[in-house]
Amino acid sequence: MTKYASLLFISGLAFFLMVITGFLPIGNSPMLVGNAILDSAKDQVGAANVVTSVVLAYRGLDTLGELSILFAAASVVGLVLTKSSFNKSPKEIEKPARIESEDSGFVAINAIDLIFPLLLVVGMYIITHGHLTPGGGFQGGVILAIAFSMRNIVRPKQKSVDHGVVTFIEAFAGLSFIVIGLVALFSQGNFLQPMLDQGQFGSLWSAGTIPLLYLAVGLKVGAELAGLILALNTDEVND
Amino acid sequence: MMNVTIEGLLYFGAISLSLIGLFGLLASNNVFRMLLALVMFEAGANLILVLSGFRENGIAPIFLGDNAGAVMNDPVPQALVLTAIVIGVGIQALALALIFRVKKHYGTLDMGIIRSKLEVEIADQAGVAAPGSNQAPEVVDVTGEAK
Repeated sequence: MTKYASLLFISGLAFFLMVITGFLPIGNSPMLVGNAILDSAKDQVGAANVVTSVVLAYRGLDTLGELSILFAAASVVGLVLTKSSFNKSPKEIEKPARIESEDSGFVAINAIDLIFPLLLVVGMYIITHGHLTPGGGFQGGVILAIAFSMRNIVRPKQKSVDHGVVTFIEAFAGLSFIVIGLVALFSQGNFLQPMLDQGQFGSLWSAGTIPLLYLAVGLKVGAELAGLILALNTDEVND
Repeated sequence: MMNVTIEGLLYFGAISLSLIGLFGLLASNNVFRMLLALVMFEAGANLILVLSGFRENGIAPIFLGDNAGAVMNDPVPQALVLTAIVIGVGIQALALALIFRVKKHYGTLDMGIIRSKLEVEIADQAGVAAPGSNQAPEVVDVTGEAK
């Protein structure tokens, strides 16, 4: 009964939305802020990719908030999946009795070993060219995280990622993002305002601090997602 | 008679995708399926947002050597969607972790059974009688076994 009621509701909503879409000025978006940014981004930021300019310069504070949401989610996942460690010091925590999964077969292991360095190169390329091409820290960071967690999946016994290292990279990247923002605040007057020489437009070393910020974002996202996947990958939930 | 354009079709697809997700959220009884439906809903919403920045004959908002003066699509919705996707991934991981715990604690993913067990537990903790009549029929799993 509920299903029929919700089906009726959904079809009504669909009709309503389709009618609204029919009146939309498709192709002539009425938003003006985009035009202003497209006109001024080339001189103000110096990054060829305007989306990167918006993400890291015009809405940089927003990106910092986004990173904190991701950080909060990753921390809470760790907390929820290892609840017993809440009141104990790190030495008292008993390691959960892991079900020892076997390594994958010959084909999977060798394929991952072959693909792993290529994935690292692609991930770093996407991160460092975030201000020139589609891509950037978030996308490249996901590829880095996938590279490390794939190794962990084919060889469950051998820990390919050390949790301490992941935490250190994450903290370091987050800290350097905020430090760059604060340096910009005190030297230029605005938080995360683009600094340094803009260089030659469209070359790899251009756009001042934007590539540095995207590198920090990429490392942070990669480390956080790797930690998330590792946490979700534990066979036994600690009760 | 409306003339069908590619943009109109894309809007149609995006709205349909999000509404299929919404229907899944309302109609499914399994917590994990509800999470998947939420993911679909989110994908549809992101598509609508990206489409809203489309301009006639627009190209991707990236300056290359040979495209000075060309009409570019609005970069702001694209940046917004980038944010939304990342936050969506965080929310999905969090929801998945909570689903792990629920499955561990209640032994089931069925929304109805979880809710009835939850009510009994809350009543136990509070020291009051469980809600509902004591002559009410037992909650029955899909397989027909009494829980």
